[in-house]
Amino acid sequence: MKTRVIISILLSLMLSATAIAQDTDRIDPKLTNTPLPTYVIRNARIVTVSGADIENGTLVISNGRIAAVGANATAPAGAQEIDGRGLMVYPGMIDLATSMGLAEIPTGAPGTMDTTELGDMNPNIAAIWAVNPHSAHIAVTRVAGVTNALSGPSGGIISGQAAFVNLFGSSPREMALVPEAALVIQFPRIGGSGFGGGAPNITPEALTQRDRRIEELRKIFRDAEAYGRAQDAYRRDPRSVPRPAIDPKLAALVPYARGERPVIFRAERDREMRAVIRFAEELKLKPIILGASEGWKIASFLKQKDVPVILDSVLNLPLREDDGYDSLYENASKLQAAGVRFAISTGDSGAHVRDLPFNAGMAAAYGLPKAEALKSVTLYPAQILGVADRLGSIEAGKLANLVITDGDMLEARTSVRHLFIAGRQLPLVSRHTMLNDQFKDRK
Amino acid sequence: MKRLFLIANSIHHRGHGEEQTAGKNVWGHQARPAGLSLLLRLFLCVLCGSLLSSVSVAQTRDAQTTLIKNATVLTVSRGTLQNTDVLIRNGKIATIGQNLSAPTGARVIDATGKFVLPGIIDAHSHTMMDGSVNECTKSVTSMARTQDVLNPHAINIYRELAGGTTSALLLHGSCNAIGGLSTTVKFKWGHPAADFVFPGAPTGIKFALGENPKRTNFNIPGLQPRYPATRMGVEEVIRDAFTRARDYKRDWDDYRAAVSRREQNVMPPRRDLELEPLVEILEGKRYVHAHSYRAEEILMLINVADEFGFKIRTFQHVLEGYKVATEIARHGAMASAFADFWGYKMEAYDAIPYAVPIMTRHGVVSSVNSDSDERARRLNIEAAKMIRYGGLTEEEALKLVTLNPAMQLGVDNRVGSIDVGKDADLAIWNAHPLSVYARVEQTFVDGELLFDRQADIARRPQLDAERKTLEAADPNKPSPGGGPPRAPSAIRRASQHDDDIQDREDHKR
Repeated sequence: MKTRVIISILLSLMLSATAIAQDTDRIDPKLTNTPLPTYVIRNARIVTVSGADIENGTLVISNGRIAAVGANATAPAGAQEIDGRGLMVYPGMIDLATSMGLAEIPTGAPGTMDTTELGDMNPNIAAIWAVNPHSAHIAVTRVAGVTNALSGPSGGIISGQAAFVNLFGSSPREMALVPEAALVIQFPRIGGSGFGGGAPNITPEALTQRDRRIEELRKIFRDAEAYGRAQDAYRRDPRSVPRPAIDPKLAALVPYARGERPVIFRAERDREMRAVIRFAEELKLKPIILGASEGWKIASFLKQKDVPVILDSVLNLPLREDDGYDSLYENASKLQAAGVRFAISTGDSGAHVRDLPFNAGMAAAYGLPKAEALKSVTLYPAQILGVADRLGSIEAGKLANLVITDGDMLEARTSVRHLFIAGRQLPLVSRHTMLNDQFKDRK
Repeated sequence: MKRLFLIANSIHHRGHGEEQTAGKNVWGHQARPAGLSLLLRLFLCVLCGSLLSSVSVAQTRDAQTTLIKNATVLTVSRGTLQNTDVLIRNGKIATIGQNLSAPTGARVIDATGKFVLPGIIDAHSHTMMDGSVNECTKSVTSMARTQDVLNPHAINIYRELAGGTTSALLLHGSCNAIGGLSTTVKFKWGHPAADFVFPGAPTGIKFALGENPKRTNFNIPGLQPRYPATRMGVEEVIRDAFTRARDYKRDWDDYRAAVSRREQNVMPPRRDLELEPLVEILEGKRYVHAHSYRAEEILMLINVADEFGFKIRTFQHVLEGYKVATEIARHGAMASAFADFWGYKMEAYDAIPYAVPIMTRHGVVSSVNSDSDERARRLNIEAAKMIRYGGLTEEEALKLVTLNPAMQLGVDNRVGSIDVGKDADLAIWNAHPLSVYARVEQTFVDGELLFDRQADIARRPQLDAERKTLEAADPNKPSPGGGPPRAPSAIRRASQHDDDIQDREDHKR
């Protein structure tokens, strides 16, 4: 009898271990259904990002938020203790240019790809309906310290709307901090860079086509603005104003056409960026430039127009053969020196978003001050997306998206020791830790 | 221009196999030639003066004696040496010690606070393979040679030097179960292509398993499907090729035996350029570098190799190698992998960043490679990740991109560590190279300073001015009608291909 009990206990232990091991990508409902615990992290070096580092600091997490932080913050009784001796606490990193949860296996498994819709103008498609909360990429990314991502589509000209999410949750809505956070536009350009780069093929036909596409883009924004006014007029006076026909595309565009929400334009070369800025000024949009490989060439102009940029090309090969070997490594430092608002991103669809800190680290190797490199993946992306009231630094009242490491968070050799998203401590497991556990001791 | 290269190459080949001397001397000022008479040297100098004076590469020769002072030297083979000097002479590491005095005329570099690391070796590269990586039309292309397509002017060579990388294994693509012949190179930037070929490096060949040779992701409409289309077919292609190679070898063995018996009227077998490299594999003279993903295909190739009695030198990529590390170690193969690249196709979905540490712990000599001109510029960071993911030590991590790939390429007697007598292929870093904040200051290959960050920066205003001049030049101006400037021609001028690289095998045969 006794042995049977022991065996059954052992069996259930083994089974539960297996269950955990096989379910790293699925969200255990226990992690989302249970009340949020209160935690206190003690004796850690707290890198607030917005202010000075706090040595031997205390940080209290309660109701999903940072309740208190400081050298002498007090914790309520019953809080779960986390010993932070020798460790560092950082705000979670944020990547603003991903397709997290929309693209599982880019080659050979088209069924897993949801980034690219047909047609050129798709303002009314939204990532929030398609982000797979159980994508293996999500756990792999968060255990590396990236807690938030803007996940967006990438097809056509108006690709659709990106969702800003916590990298944790059992449904897209549960993950979402801003479900419709930004519109993504591939600003029309003359193609031709193609495989292996090379100069664009500037032909009169290519120029005409580009201009025609920009004109189409201008028209749909103008239409949306007019559509918004017509709807407003009808709402104010439904009896005398005729009811305008519903147009889902234009309806989706209205908040962007009015400059209420940001529009992310993909543009790399100086002329493309200038064209984007002219376009956004003319239509009174709220632009963010994504790419900006040649941002260093027009840094003062970007500053003057106060247009923020998301650099996802730190680790790309230089655009031109005769560009400096470090032109993209040092792009960020030149923009920073000019006072341009910027964030660093991987630009990766999902699997390699976890490399975000090393992108920032490389920029720091080539002139960006280390503190700025850290901000470029925490506070700055939060500010650029307009969520800095909730994320991006360690301040009382902000969401408790926190990463506790054994060293500088941007260093490749550093390990993440604890992870919190929305105030909940998450196990540091992923598809990769699971496979490691299964095979590392195989004889 | 073309003629000059031909002259250089004919001389080069005369000196080939006796170190990197004769060919180099044609261009150089200080290198000491071996096996060339004084008269010939004089003649060459006249050639240099009269014919070659305008050749820009002549200016990059730099075999100057160099003393690196007071560095932290990461030897990789013998730990870290603090406040240490390294003397480079005649392209070799001559002395390592403290307070060395500089020989007359030596360049002295104060490396206080800086780090010396052996040149990084990329065990999987397609850099400088101009216009062709894959000969895709057959399942066995062992007659195709990467050495025939080296472009010494590819700008990515310079960018990789700027990341501290000095050598690479240039591999044929993964289109075929048995691919083309590989080339081990040193990044001798500024030299003609023939100088890039690593002297004395063992020869190799690319094999490939899985989705690429079975053309899974290449169903282009109108394109004929090509056998094989399954992993079973890949196995059969390799088995068939080695069956033919074994018979071919027997034909030659019989022929040679007959000749040695002085039999009359013996006809030699017809030479077969597809099977010859496979015979070299059977004879243990050519390394097999096998692109592989899934565990079972790794086991499959080990099985075929055991059956035919040859060894796999390295499994390349080897994404699921961590599942069969024991079998890889038992076969005696080595592993060259991505640090953490995964999920980009179905067979990469079980790739994990713990793979290299797991294989290392199972006794498999492992390296971290790039397979990318971009990643090849920062293999130091890829190595550092293996501390994060697998808990490797600093030295183990550094070995992944220096000594271990050198062993895999069979050149560890020449490069891969900072040891006296080894080639002076090394870089000076401004911080510990396992830090993301580290940057290369200078890179040497055979003692030649081929990348110098300060010189690069100093040159920029001049290049900017030159660029502005070119942009204002006639063909780049907007046309009078207000139209666009004429597009630059995409066709590369033939002069870039003029380096006539002869194949060592041709001389041996």
